[in-house]
Amino acid sequence: MTPPQRQRRSPGSDRPAAPAPGGAPAKEGEVRNPERLFVIGGEGGGERADIDLVTLIVARADPPVSATPEQAALLRLCAAPLSVAELSAYLSLPFSVVTVLLTDLLASELVQARAPIVRQKVADRNLLEAVMHGLQKL
Amino acid sequence: MDFKNSDTIPGPRTEDRLPHTAEAAVKIVIVGGFGVGKTTMVGSVSEIRPLTTEETMTQAGIGVDDNYGSPSKTATTVAMDFGRISITDELVLYLFGTPGQERFWFLWNGLFEGALGAVVLVDTRRLEVSFDVMGRLEERGVPFVVAVNTFPDAPRYPVAELRTALDLPEEIPILDCDVRRRASSRDVLMTLMRFLHSLAMKGALT
Ligand SMILES: Nc1nc2c(ncn2[C@@H]2O[C@H](COP(=O)(O)OP(=O)(O)OP(=O)(O)O)[C@@H](O)[C@H]2O)c(=O)[nH]1
Ligand SMILES: [Mg+2]
Repeated sequence: MTPPQRQRRSPGSDRPAAPAPGGAPAKEGEVRNPERLFVIGGEGGGERADIDLVTLIVARADPPVSATPEQAALLRLCAAPLSVAELSAYLSLPFSVVTVLLTDLLASELVQARAPIVRQKVADRNLLEAVMHGLQKL
Repeated sequence: MDFKNSDTIPGPRTEDRLPHTAEAAVKIVIVGGFGVGKTTMVGSVSEIRPLTTEETMTQAGIGVDDNYGSPSKTATTVAMDFGRISITDELVLYLFGTPGQERFWFLWNGLFEGALGAVVLVDTRRLEVSFDVMGRLEERGVPFVVAVNTFPDAPRYPVAELRTALDLPEEIPILDCDVRRRASSRDVLMTLMRFLHSLAMKGALT
């Protein structure tokens, strides 16, 4: 039996031609035009802080009396550093909503954000070696 | 969720709290078509019980083939599970098992752009379900390795044959794994890190 055959793609070729109109109808739950999707909370909102899923958040203060219940819950959760993804999971709130909450908390200096280390064109070998070391202990 | 009593929101267990010295995080994404074992892999290597983050979006109902001006919107929720591995007291690694519907990836700001690299899981009974994912990684320039999750009744192909079928260059590692086993999943991650390391060596020379 021969396996099905794939064709390699090249970097930057991800602006495909628009799908032919009148193609196969979308299956249920399938979204045909991702460009036309809007993240809830992303519409009409103001500035949003540059927050990654793995930005680490640490509370700088106890929740003030003026804090909303969501803000208070968030501040309690990140008494110790916690990623935005974990905050989203524990709060059962979408990532984008947590981002909005954090934008306010950052502006009022109630939390600190520790930026992630992201992929560079040439990766930091020391970083990769540290990760390998950590994995070896697993 | 009821936020009226925010004291009752279960946060991380005491043993799941990161130390205050945690400075920065890195991430790796685990991708592959429907049911190839992404969630299982996240769970087998994570030090915390795997968690789920969700994103909800609406789709504007106005378009060429819709009734013009119709304001209807459909809400879609996309879930992504993830796990965590503490590397040192300063560095934390997160693993994201991203949804099979790659069209949704852009929702998570920087998920792929910032990831150190990706693991593409394939099931040889349905190789083609992971084709699109690979193409999208190539387009975005995200380095990846291919791990063949060996299901018992799946056909076995020699690596060379798989490489040809997947149209992958010689340097991209292809390895077998059993994502249910921690050691096997760890080996996959190690292979990815070694591959990234070799790319970094090459990059430093050019
Ligand atoms: N025999 C065998 N079964 C496996 C293996 N890995 C996963 N499974 C099973 O295959 C099924 C799918 O695995 P998941 O980890 O849920 O796959 P997934 O990629 O997260 O699936 P979706 O999120 O639905 O796309 C589960 O019932 C697993 O228990 C494996 O290595 N061997
Ligand atoms: Mg899954």
